[in-house]
Amino acid sequence: MSPHAMEEDATNAYQSLSETTDHDDPRWAFGTGIVEEAGAEVSAPVPEGVDAADLAAYCLMLGDDALIYSHRLSEWVSNAPELEEEVALANTALDLLGQARVLLARSGHVEGDGRDEDALAYQRSDARFRNVGLAELSDDLDFARAIGRLLIFSTWRLALLHRLVGSTDPVIAAVAGKGVKELTYHRDYAARWTLRLGDGTDESHRRMQDALDALWPYVGELFRTSDEETRLAGAGVAVDPGTTREEFDAVLDEVVSKATLTLPDRPAIGTIGGRGGRQGVHTEHLGHALAQMQSLARQHPGATW
Amino acid sequence: MTATARADAREVVARVVDPEMPMLTLHDLGVIRRVDVDGDAVTVTITPTYSGCPAIEEMRRDVSASLSAAGYGPVEMRTVFSPPWSTDWISDDGLRKLAEAGIAPPGRVGPRATGPIPLTLTAPSPDVRCPHCGAPTTEEFSHFGPTACTSLRRCPSCSEPFEHMKEI
Repeated sequence: MSPHAMEEDATNAYQSLSETTDHDDPRWAFGTGIVEEAGAEVSAPVPEGVDAADLAAYCLMLGDDALIYSHRLSEWVSNAPELEEEVALANTALDLLGQARVLLARSGHVEGDGRDEDALAYQRSDARFRNVGLAELSDDLDFARAIGRLLIFSTWRLALLHRLVGSTDPVIAAVAGKGVKELTYHRDYAARWTLRLGDGTDESHRRMQDALDALWPYVGELFRTSDEETRLAGAGVAVDPGTTREEFDAVLDEVVSKATLTLPDRPAIGTIGGRGGRQGVHTEHLGHALAQMQSLARQHPGATW
Repeated sequence: MTATARADAREVVARVVDPEMPMLTLHDLGVIRRVDVDGDAVTVTITPTYSGCPAIEEMRRDVSASLSAAGYGPVEMRTVFSPPWSTDWISDDGLRKLAEAGIAPPGRVGPRATGPIPLTLTAPSPDVRCPHCGAPTTEEFSHFGPTACTSLRRCPSCSEPFEHMKEI
């Protein structure tokens, strides 16, 4: 997962794509990112009394939410309505990618099977991903949809991470401590745009309301508690997402009412027989996202450039 | 020990400049957390500004290369994420250098109050001084700038656009 790849200019990129051997600069390689070298924190011991498999799964949940949503946000690059919004969405994606890298590296370390952040990002099939459905949907390049989803996602994740600052797992606590600062301005950005669109023209109001209506069925899943979360919350590692609902509703109420919009009242979807993203049950959207995100790494395993 | 002939490892590390804002040293930026010297071996602990900031990989390489050039080795680079970096860690010298380079420096943040994080729906504060003409108030036109840590503003007095390093 090298964000640098996007920064390479075209000439260099083509030249260096052919240099796949004898390359001592590890920055452009799969599986040689910074995070695995950040041993000081990622390799911290599993807190006493905590089941390692549960912790690995929980880090995947938090990490996959950020990774998959980061990928969806990055689809706006070269497609946003204004350059400023493109930069904003790309910056948000980059923050989430940074959070994902540490969490995936932590998951791989705790799991103990030698999988690093890249193996987890690029080598898993969709049923092995633990992200919520909201993260994997496509915005279909509808800007109101992008804003509505960012408002919902960042409000929810901020409430989670704010509580996780006190996690007994030092890596989750560290990611949360940094992430809270980032999610705060992600949420502010989305909330301001919700006001502007909702309280804007008839057309922007209609489209913002349509976006909230389309997204709302995926909100319910955010507050369902998996078995791993229940056990880890008891050990002080995780937060029961159900406990964040009140805070989430208060923020959404405030923003939506000020934006002259209406909170949708729609039944939840996205789970089958009580199983959802946390259990590896996904919508068809995830497969499409992974096909794009993983194709290069799967075609050229171990490549460096 | 023959270490007297070479520069102090801490000074070597402190002099390395930020890859995206080269008017600042890493010391000015406040990302160097520890420098431990054991004979020729040096362990440097740094922290990223933002979770996804790509510049940290350049910083790690530059620090390592500078120490090697100064005669140290092996060099171990460690990255820690906690406690999270804050613009409050930028030195006073750093703030001055930013302003001299035309980047409005961040204000001091101080410790955050506990409790739920408030939602900010109001327009961004105008109280950022123009680094070009010194006008006391300016306007933000994009909260996200060319790097993760800057926003874009313009000055109504001199009409110049400029970058502002955001408080975090």
